[in-house]
Amino acid sequence: MTHLDGNVLAGPLSELFRDDMTTATGRCAHCGDVSVLAEAVVWDAAPGWCVRCHVCGDVLMTLVWSGEKLRVDLRGVTALEIG
Amino acid sequence: MVGKWLVGTVATVQTQTPSGRSIVVSLPGWPGNIAGQHVDVRLTAPDGYQAVRSYSIASAGPSEMVELAVDKIPTGEVSPYLVDDLQPGDMLELRGPLGGWFVWKPEQTGPVQLIGGGSGIVPLVAMVRSHAASGSSAPFKLLYSVRSPGDAFYRDELADSEGADFSTTYVYTRATPEGWSVAPGRLTKDVLAASVIPASENPAIFVCGPTAFVEAVATWLVELGYPAETIKTERFGG
Amino acid sequence: MSIFTRGFSGRGRDNNPDLPPGQYLTEDFPVLSAGPTPEIDTADWQFTITNESGKRYSWTWDQLMALKIDEVGTDIHCVTRWSKLGTSWRGVSLDTLFEEVDTSYEYTMAHSYGGYTTNVPLADLLDGKAWIAFEFDGEPLDPEHGGPARLLVPHLYFWKSAKWIRGLEMLPQDEPGFWEQNGYHMYGDPWQEERYW
Repeated sequence: MTHLDGNVLAGPLSELFRDDMTTATGRCAHCGDVSVLAEAVVWDAAPGWCVRCHVCGDVLMTLVWSGEKLRVDLRGVTALEIG
Repeated sequence: MVGKWLVGTVATVQTQTPSGRSIVVSLPGWPGNIAGQHVDVRLTAPDGYQAVRSYSIASAGPSEMVELAVDKIPTGEVSPYLVDDLQPGDMLELRGPLGGWFVWKPEQTGPVQLIGGGSGIVPLVAMVRSHAASGSSAPFKLLYSVRSPGDAFYRDELADSEGADFSTTYVYTRATPEGWSVAPGRLTKDVLAASVIPASENPAIFVCGPTAFVEAVATWLVELGYPAETIKTERFGG
Repeated sequence: MSIFTRGFSGRGRDNNPDLPPGQYLTEDFPVLSAGPTPEIDTADWQFTITNESGKRYSWTWDQLMALKIDEVGTDIHCVTRWSKLGTSWRGVSLDTLFEEVDTSYEYTMAHSYGGYTTNVPLADLLDGKAWIAFEFDGEPLDPEHGGPARLLVPHLYFWKSAKWIRGLEMLPQDEPGFWEQNGYHMYGDPWQEERYW
């Protein structure tokens, strides 16, 4: 399987955030890169998505669906800034 | 408001390629969309099981009709249903419009280079339509890589749109049209360099299609001197 | 409240008594991953069990191949609802590897090349329940499926069968691995449908 990019986060993250988060920037907690979330690398093997930094590959966040409930873990991204 | 699932009714379906189809959904309450945005489509089985996938919108602007185009992945869960089973009159759940990154707005006046592979053409068609509808004179060029002429989505529409401000260059990877002077083959860095708006004209670039295609093209563009921040990408997996 | 989609049944739920609840039978072998496939040369490969005093028990690829190898026929069940019945593997039993290991701890964390982790109680690795598997269906295990070697714990959901296995760390209590920290069940028994928290 291959990966997608952060454009696909638009729908799921709209369940938590009011604004479109794919144009928000985030800082990778591992390497410090600041990029829009649309450019992140998304491994979308349901029921858990793994979102990685497109520079260093470290995990920015995970999304896990249990039934209709979505849990987002923002462990590897700091300083989310909506443009 | 984004985040809410809307229920639409399938108005028309049209075969585009041997494995692909365009679908127009009537969606009261649809706020319209910017060219390049997508929707999430949700299917629900009788036992409550749900599958959600993202699809780019081929239409743009204000409307209560949303046009999608879907390529069937044989081992997929959602695309075979959308391409083979979905019928006019069926109800379909959509969420959107989604995405503010991979978009083109008529206020952008600079030149635009669109590069698509396979069904990656869909959001690019929305941009071509938006460009035409707005009367924009921004120079638009499209480079479209497909297996064969029959595998091209919106082929007639793209041909009809040719004009002073828009042209399409095709790359055929497996079979070419009658009389084509180039042998079939994958897009190469050299063909890419010869086909796209020069870096000196500072085009806004949009690349969409299978992940491997998008990443190869984006890498070549940077090597050819196009600044990374001028290149926007949308990967369809595969 | 969502609508039902006419004519969509997902992958058919089979009424097969060999399938745990909520699973369907597949003839494919879907590839699911949380990240890129690591490239590991067997010349560099090592499997290490680390006990509570930090003592490391390691095997190189050649050392692993010199141990007793089992032929394993088993069913596997993925939390994403597909199951494959009667799959065949070859691997070294964790019983064989743990023969040499001195530990009083009862829990483990499996570590993979590439950084993936998952937790498995020691009791679920012993007594013929788990292997370091390197062959699937008569062929060397494909990197996409975890090759050169993966942990194989078929009685639990397949996310516990860590691909690209690198080692086991003994733990005094159960601690969540990667997916368990993010919403998946700590244990993962398919017959109890223990998918999420």
